Amino acid sequence: MSKKLLVVAGGIIAVAAMVTGLGVRADEFTKEDVDRYQDEFMSVVEKGRALWGSPDLGTNGVACGQCHPNAANTHPETYPKFQKQLGRVVAFREMVNWCLQNPLEGQPLGLDDPDLVAMEAYATWERRGVELAPGKH
Amino acid sequence: MTDSASRRDFLKGAGAAAAVSTLPLSMVKLAFADPAQDFTFAYISDSHIQHIKGNEFVRNWDRGLIRAVAETNLLRPKPDFVMFGGDLAQLGTKEELDHGAELLAKLDYKPRMVMGEHDYYLDLGEYWSKLFGDQYYSFDHKGVHFVVLNSILTFDEWTHERWPTPEQRMLEMAALDNPNGSPFMVGEKQREWLRKDLEKVDKETPLVVFSHSPIQKIYKGWNFWTDDAEEVQALLKPFDKTTVVYGHVHQIQYNQIGNIAFHAVMATAWPWPYPQSYAQADQHLPVLTVPMNRADPFFERDATGWQFIDMSTGRVAMDYNLYNNTNRRVAFNAAKGHPEDMAFQDPARRIAPQVHY
Repeated sequence: MSKKLLVVAGGIIAVAAMVTGLGVRADEFTKEDVDRYQDEFMSVVEKGRALWGSPDLGTNGVACGQCHPNAANTHPETYPKFQKQLGRVVAFREMVNWCLQNPLEGQPLGLDDPDLVAMEAYATWERRGVELAPGKH
Repeated sequence: MTDSASRRDFLKGAGAAAAVSTLPLSMVKLAFADPAQDFTFAYISDSHIQHIKGNEFVRNWDRGLIRAVAETNLLRPKPDFVMFGGDLAQLGTKEELDHGAELLAKLDYKPRMVMGEHDYYLDLGEYWSKLFGDQYYSFDHKGVHFVVLNSILTFDEWTHERWPTPEQRMLEMAALDNPNGSPFMVGEKQREWLRKDLEKVDKETPLVVFSHSPIQKIYKGWNFWTDDAEEVQALLKPFDKTTVVYGHVHQIQYNQIGNIAFHAVMATAWPWPYPQSYAQADQHLPVLTVPMNRADPFFERDATGWQFIDMSTGRVAMDYNLYNNTNRRVAFNAAKGHPEDMAFQDPARRIAPQVHY
């Protein structure tokens, strides 16, 4: 083995050791990590609940929770599904936007708007434990 | 069962009201031993008139009440009186109560009023009482004793000490699923009034109690609940024919507890989910109840409506006038000793839209 090759090989080992030393392993996570992921999720759920009860999402002061206490009768576990009134398969967020535009007399949110994601997170959290049923009417 | 003369009279009246195609033909009168004592009344509830700003109100809720008032005025035969079952307003403001009173003033009848929590918790019923009078009272009509209760009271500490402003107190009680809310109750003072009121009533007199909340315990999380329900029921127990009619739940419910029949009424504003639709709820919807259809939000008035009540047996036969749906009729079945749906009570007759999940 040449001297040059040895130097290169040594360098690779050194880099690998350095990476290992920093603890960055794609397939490992700790309890602390999981707690943090859960906290992040629950903070978005809480934001979603606050939005759900907010009179400021639309223009007439009506809040989602007036008709949907605890986000009941929204059935997030059944989306995407054929929404007969719209004549096509839609995502849960599109139905939330329909409500924002109609009973709330407001504007729809972008489908990646963090507020819309938060409302979806809240409605889905209230259905925890319910069997996933895509397409169910 | 149907008296043909009465049916002809009714149809004649219905012809005059032909514009309103939803008035049910089931509103025929039944034949009874003493037809002179037969009577009907209309029941409108939960309009939740909601102020936006200036003279703007939420159009959707306004329309529900306007329609109930217009249709009630078209009833033939005419009802003897009209009840309003509470939650006229959304946040109990002067603007909302005034606007609601103005819409109700279009009735050909002066309605008798029941207090709802949305009418009460801003100023503890002060302005409502100025407009409509007593918060609890009784009256007699053609041999039936009627009692109106204010069943949406709660603990003194919650009402008087917990909240920095009346506005916040109102908002905390207005959000149905708010864990900061407080259970409804009739309270000791009113129960004592009720006990004395009923003392002078013959136990064979049909008794009807109107309250906003159910005088039974269904689901505490949404106040489908009255905390002292058992104490109130005990006062009603000595009467042979007792019926409780309540609002608040915005859905068809009925039940029988001992000798007491229970009937809920629809909102004119919007429907509420059945508690079993909330996956985390521990709830007790009466097993007797055949639910209303699941609402279709694309029909603005679906799963809202008002009621026409036939009292001719001394018990309640309730026609639910559902604006965007097939009407329902729930009547007391004397042979079975409980209310039942005239079309759907048999499990084999039930339809898929009645399944809530």
